[in-house]
Amino acid sequence: MRPRLATIAWLYVLPAFVLLGVFLVYPVANTVYLSLFSGRDTSAFVGLDNYRYLLTHPETVIVLRNNLLWLVLFTAASVGLGLILAVLSNQVRYEAIAKAIIFVPMAVSFTAAAVIWRFMYIYRPPQFEQTGVLNAGMAALGFDPVPWITNTTLNNYALIAAGVWMWTGFALVVISAGLKGIPTEVLEAARVDGANEVQIFWRVILPMLRSVMLVVAVTLTINSLKVFDLVYVMTFGNYQTDVLANRMFKEMFTFGNFGRASAVAVVLLLAIVPLMLLNIRRFRREQ
Amino acid sequence: MAREVAALSRQERLMRSLSRGPVNVAIIAICLLWMLPSAGLLVSSFRPRNDIATTGWWTAFKTPFEFTLANYEQVLTTQGMAQSFVNSLIISVPVTVFVVMVAAFAAYAFAWMELPGRDAIFLVVVGLIVVPIQLTLIPVLRMFSSAGMTGTFPAIWLAHTAYGLPFAVFLLRNFFIALPKDLLESAFLEGASHTRVFLRIVMPLSVPSLAALAIFQFLWVWNDLLVALVYLGGFRSVAPMTVTVSNLVSSFGSEWHLLTAAAFISMMLPLAVFFALQRYFVEGILAGAVKG
Repeated sequence: MRPRLATIAWLYVLPAFVLLGVFLVYPVANTVYLSLFSGRDTSAFVGLDNYRYLLTHPETVIVLRNNLLWLVLFTAASVGLGLILAVLSNQVRYEAIAKAIIFVPMAVSFTAAAVIWRFMYIYRPPQFEQTGVLNAGMAALGFDPVPWITNTTLNNYALIAAGVWMWTGFALVVISAGLKGIPTEVLEAARVDGANEVQIFWRVILPMLRSVMLVVAVTLTINSLKVFDLVYVMTFGNYQTDVLANRMFKEMFTFGNFGRASAVAVVLLLAIVPLMLLNIRRFRREQ
Repeated sequence: MAREVAALSRQERLMRSLSRGPVNVAIIAICLLWMLPSAGLLVSSFRPRNDIATTGWWTAFKTPFEFTLANYEQVLTTQGMAQSFVNSLIISVPVTVFVVMVAAFAAYAFAWMELPGRDAIFLVVVGLIVVPIQLTLIPVLRMFSSAGMTGTFPAIWLAHTAYGLPFAVFLLRNFFIALPKDLLESAFLEGASHTRVFLRIVMPLSVPSLAALAIFQFLWVWNDLLVALVYLGGFRSVAPMTVTVSNLVSSFGSEWHLLTAAAFISMMLPLAVFFALQRYFVEGILAGAVKG
């Protein structure tokens, strides 16, 4: 029935295989290997020293802590807001416009978003008129202006807020599609049985959205681990805001330590592997 | 029974209209909040340098109005944003074409051809979607260096094409496999070759999917900073807009008349694409996230 020639099939996949092999598969293996060496030329074998450094040095422990903050807060806030907005916007006529407004930041670059939020967070000493929206708000409420970007107890949250601003739209659009997939008969049946709207939300809607929300959460978790541009442009990882991806860039180009940079990348991969397996399992189940 | 249902729905309608007030207020407030940061950037980009430096952008609406195009003129010419706009196009357009072409062939093979170990290989591709590109930077940079390709467009075309493939193959394979099986089977029965079926049936039927993928891929590459920073080096002649904007931030961190205009120029095309092709954009997101 079909042409038996497997050769044609190989020709179809050949360009993709060559590109993936040369630019993804081989480099990943090579990076794992390089992480056991030191210096720019990665010539001296140092075993697991690079990893020991990453997991114990005070400066890099902060990097790991920050990624954990991103992972928890960025993911929870984006999914939570996305869910709330999906449920609320489902009840109004201008739903499409509201969703588009929340979703627009997804289309622009992290670089542009970083400029936008640096502008939001501008700090000027109290004797001057505040030109940043947040500090103007603080002034209007009678508080002193806050240096959002440099204050080490607040700045990570300020950066994460910018990330949430960008990605809530993604959570909203996907969760909203899941919400539309719930048959109206199910909701009507619950109402006829005497459930109020709050009960319906917790007992019917939320359980039915579980798998969609898991998909969103996994995607956002992966993004939180890989976050780079926002941090690079907003602080370059200074003031204790560094994250793995930016640290790797610094190890490469600022410190010229390719072995250690490779180790940072491998740590990033190890953090993502469980999520990758989750994705693969889900894909196999759906087939 | 019927009367009970009617009574319930009347009560429910009443409840809904009562609750709609706060819901409207909440949604409109959140939407305004969401637009505020971009609005500030846009307004500021048209304000004179001195005004931006000393007063909040919201004061711009007091008379006398003072708006100017000088910021745009300055970043486009002396700060090289015009060149960078062209560079961003030179980088993004070919990559988009390459990814869609290479991925379409591979996806067709994964969906409709017999290939030993096909499903196992495809699982590897699914796994590759989330591999951070950080894992590839050092070896690939070394390859480009020894080939004398750093700072050239072909280098970044190749790297971006490879990075875009796992998701693209995954997305298109899922679209292709959902095409009506009977249609393809009958074409094969009539003696059509794979190439004919691929070019004459599968591709024309998949135009919306291909469009969704192309939009995604284009925006990804257009918005990328990391890959361009690493493989193009600091060369201004090849820098895309993300790199130029990021350089402006590090050299003129508080020259907001430059930064706001530059950032907005870099956002114009993605925003236009988004508003013109929102349907495909959303479709792509849903296909990638939900079916995946």
